[in-house]
Amino acid sequence: MLKRFTTDFTVVAAEMIDCEYVLLTLKHPEQLPEINAGQFVEVKLPDSATSFLRRPISIHDVNRDNQTLQLLIRVVGNGTKLLSLLTIGDKLNLVYPLGNGFSLDKAGNRPLLVGGGVGVAPMLYLGKRLVEMGAQPEFLFGARNKSGLLRLAEFEKIAKVNITTEDGSVGTKGFVTNHSAIESNIANYSSLLVCGPMPMMKAVAAKAKAAGVRCEVSLENKMACGIGVCLCCVTETKEGHKCVCSQGPVFEINELKW
Amino acid sequence: MVDLSVNLNGLQLKNPVMTASGTFGYGYEYDDFIDVSSLGGIIVKGTTLAPREGNAYPRLAETPQGMINAVGLQNKGVDYFCKNIYPKLTKYTTNVLVNVSGSTIDDYVECASRINELDAIPAIELNISCPNVKHGGMAFGTNPVATEEIVSAIRKVYHKHLMVKLTPNVTSIVDIAKAAEAGGADSVSLINTLLGMAIDAERRRPVISTITGGMSGAAVKPIALRMVWQVSHAVKIPVVGLGGIMNATDAVEFLIAGASAVEVGTANFIDPTITVKIVDGIRDYLERHNMNSVSELIDSLQTE
Repeated sequence: MLKRFTTDFTVVAAEMIDCEYVLLTLKHPEQLPEINAGQFVEVKLPDSATSFLRRPISIHDVNRDNQTLQLLIRVVGNGTKLLSLLTIGDKLNLVYPLGNGFSLDKAGNRPLLVGGGVGVAPMLYLGKRLVEMGAQPEFLFGARNKSGLLRLAEFEKIAKVNITTEDGSVGTKGFVTNHSAIESNIANYSSLLVCGPMPMMKAVAAKAKAAGVRCEVSLENKMACGIGVCLCCVTETKEGHKCVCSQGPVFEINELKW
Repeated sequence: MVDLSVNLNGLQLKNPVMTASGTFGYGYEYDDFIDVSSLGGIIVKGTTLAPREGNAYPRLAETPQGMINAVGLQNKGVDYFCKNIYPKLTKYTTNVLVNVSGSTIDDYVECASRINELDAIPAIELNISCPNVKHGGMAFGTNPVATEEIVSAIRKVYHKHLMVKLTPNVTSIVDIAKAAEAGGADSVSLINTLLGMAIDAERRRPVISTITGGMSGAAVKPIALRMVWQVSHAVKIPVVGLGGIMNATDAVEFLIAGASAVEVGTANFIDPTITVKIVDGIRDYLERHNMNSVSELIDSLQTE
């Protein structure tokens, strides 16, 4: 496990996307420590009467030269609303890097990175790392409609992006499992690395299992500590309850009772 | 140089700050963030005779300035603890206490006697106050007769410092504390979590799988402080105060109310370095008030 820190970052950019998402760029006072793709941070919220605990947010991108990392956040409640109000110069305390991350060494040469909605967040750093390692990843992203496709230009710089939208406004109409990448070509991929809503991850996992393709999913359970002590975020595995925060968030699907 | 040490009825603490069971794992989860040995003590996760899977997910609800949990004493059992976890704890040069829980008196007694064999564990915290298990747990701690009975039974097999952790979910916590003292407790710690509940209005469903759970965090501090003040003036054994301690000022308030030491719990989730900041803050407070030792602060509430 990588060494974890608690550090005050400075907000150097804060961009709202479609009134529903915020992209925060956070600068470390010194050099960033080692971070695995698929790891997350626990963000301390600005003082609030209603929100008490930290919020777990996946790491969207890491830029060592600029000493920055990026968080792509969907505004869903009081806590994330507070994060959307941050402006340049604000300080934000992170406990990080947390969790295990995706298994880059087991992803193979041709992994398919499947993201649904804001579940695309960890896929940018993951894609970059896989390319650095010499792999040829492809993305498959699903959204409700065109405006739910986040950071497309950034992803397209790295690898081919396959798209599905529920309303058919762009790409294949339907869910990611309706795309030919999964429906007919799944066996061409060395592995599937998935993050998104639970029904989508379960549907993709079922396809992967049927095709005998290795598949990892990144879970998101409600958590308090982020470091495996409160035992609130457990998921059922074949070896009993495991903490999503410290023994996940990434699980190989055969570990789970899916 | 102020003296931060506390003698808790024979249990020597280098400072009055300990960690509350269930919020600090086995200590080593915090090694990246702090020098765990610099604390007065750590109280590791509730341990039972047999392994427990705990309750189903979801186990957590956030509340205004607090949280509700329903973990249900998930742990791998005392044998696993002794064999696999205890060897990793002997490196710490502070008091490592084990929180002991169970369903029946026999379970508790067996578990405590196993822990009694471990040289590097100077004390146990007897948990008769967990609200998240169906049998045992809080059932013992809500009745003075049952409290005295179980404490006496443990006293016969456990020969080191016996701390008894009390539940606030009672009519008179003083009566329970007196029963623990009569049963042979060396100290009492209070409060465990308050029984609470959270509802998801949109879905008309409970937020956590067990419907009710244990509430902790800043919101419970006034209740904990009141109970610590009441109990510390009703028993002769030392009181360890906990419940909603988020910073050094909170900790100082518990000491003033009559606690001889404190435990920091939920605050560890929000700042993994908070315990050492609280130790430093207590030192600063003593210097600022020209006090030479923590003992001058304990029970120093002026009511006139």
